[in-house]
Amino acid sequence: MPDPARSITLTVNGTMVRVQPGTTVAAAILIAGGYTRTSVSGEPRAPLCGMGICFECRASIGGKLHQRSCQILCTQGMDVRTP
Amino acid sequence: MSETWDVVVLGAGIVGAACARACSLRGLRTAVVESGAIGGGATAAGMGHIVVMDDSEPQLALTRYSQQLWMALSDRLPPQAEFESCGTLWVAADEEEMQEVRRKQRVYASLGVATEILDSRALREAEPHLRPEMAGALLVSSDAVLYPPCAAAWLLEEAIHFGAKLYAPRTVVSASAGHVRLDGGTELTAEHIVVACGADSVRLIPELPLRKRKGHLVITDRYPGLVRHQLVELGYLKSAHSLTTDSVAFNAQPRRTGQILIGSSRQYGAEHTAVDHAILKAMLARAQLYLPALGACSAIRVWTGFRAATPDKLPLIGPWPADETLFLATGHEGLGITTSLGTGRLVADALSGAATEIPLEPYLPVRGPIEHSSSTHPAAGGLHA
Repeated sequence: MPDPARSITLTVNGTMVRVQPGTTVAAAILIAGGYTRTSVSGEPRAPLCGMGICFECRASIGGKLHQRSCQILCTQGMDVRTP
Repeated sequence: MSETWDVVVLGAGIVGAACARACSLRGLRTAVVESGAIGGGATAAGMGHIVVMDDSEPQLALTRYSQQLWMALSDRLPPQAEFESCGTLWVAADEEEMQEVRRKQRVYASLGVATEILDSRALREAEPHLRPEMAGALLVSSDAVLYPPCAAAWLLEEAIHFGAKLYAPRTVVSASAGHVRLDGGTELTAEHIVVACGADSVRLIPELPLRKRKGHLVITDRYPGLVRHQLVELGYLKSAHSLTTDSVAFNAQPRRTGQILIGSSRQYGAEHTAVDHAILKAMLARAQLYLPALGACSAIRVWTGFRAATPDKLPLIGPWPADETLFLATGHEGLGITTSLGTGRLVADALSGAATEIPLEPYLPVRGPIEHSSSTHPAAGGLHA
């Protein structure tokens, strides 16, 4: 059961998102209603494998570009950006 | 049944494509033979750095001539050739290397190549991610980068537009005495056979003074703005690209996509295409020494290629004495992308009996010893392209 008292807040492209501990950044991006990255030809991309292999979930996390968001758990105050 | 041509160019790498274009433009009836993909050999493996280099006077003359030809063509290149006038920064690590920066500036000025000396502070502004202790750099603004296989394909398209015929994918079985035999039995007759097969030219002419010199390149994910100019270390005094042993040098290039190409390595006697992890590790360590931020970047691909190296680091351009119908355009080592256009013009001028715009003598396949610039880099010599 979600426990509001234990929830974490982070920002995705400046928008505040509230998630439960253990939520991946990829899930937080989807909750925020966005996609993870833009292909070279300008198409939106979203996680495909969910296990760190396909690299489609890359996003900027804490200022570091191209992080695999499906492999990283949300932390309090995290700043996530997608192109 | 034999088809007759003025010129048959063997090899459609960037040098062969440039030769075919220049010959067709000159009105010579030209055919081109390629066994694989257009620009699929050393052309595709190279960095695509259009650079003026001063290892020797003839190298300076040919790279400057070629760089000017690229500049003149740059407006017409298609977008996929990704031509960018980003300039080169020759990075000096210490005061000793700054003396070399000043020497280099004088040499370039003698050919009318404008350069600018950056001190440590100016270099930090130009390239904020370089290690801050660097002493300075020489900025050569007229240098550029491009994507070689697409540039080669465009040069060949132009050649075909001007009347050249492409035989591909076809393998050359033999080429001598004005006759080129292809697999499948096609026979071409030519007044001149231009051998532009890079390091593979020895397959047709085993006596050529060519050795394969293996190189590694790495390309990163997209990090726009991390690198702004083509960056090359001037540190050959310490980490010289020796003529005999394996070596690495720092060389980084910004691509239009925001990706960064990282080089470079040089190895003789390594004929397999596999990645050599010890060399790769040394190359990346060298790169990180100059650009510490690379440590946090993701590399997405590593590959190798083979330069066609000559003993004096100058290409072989001119008739092959043992067979008057053979004309060489090979041995461009790490500078083939830059010098392809100059080579094409020299070949077309020589074959059509016109005067060449720079002397051909230094590049003739049979030649005397040449003088290398005094405090010479055995090294920096064509880390690129």
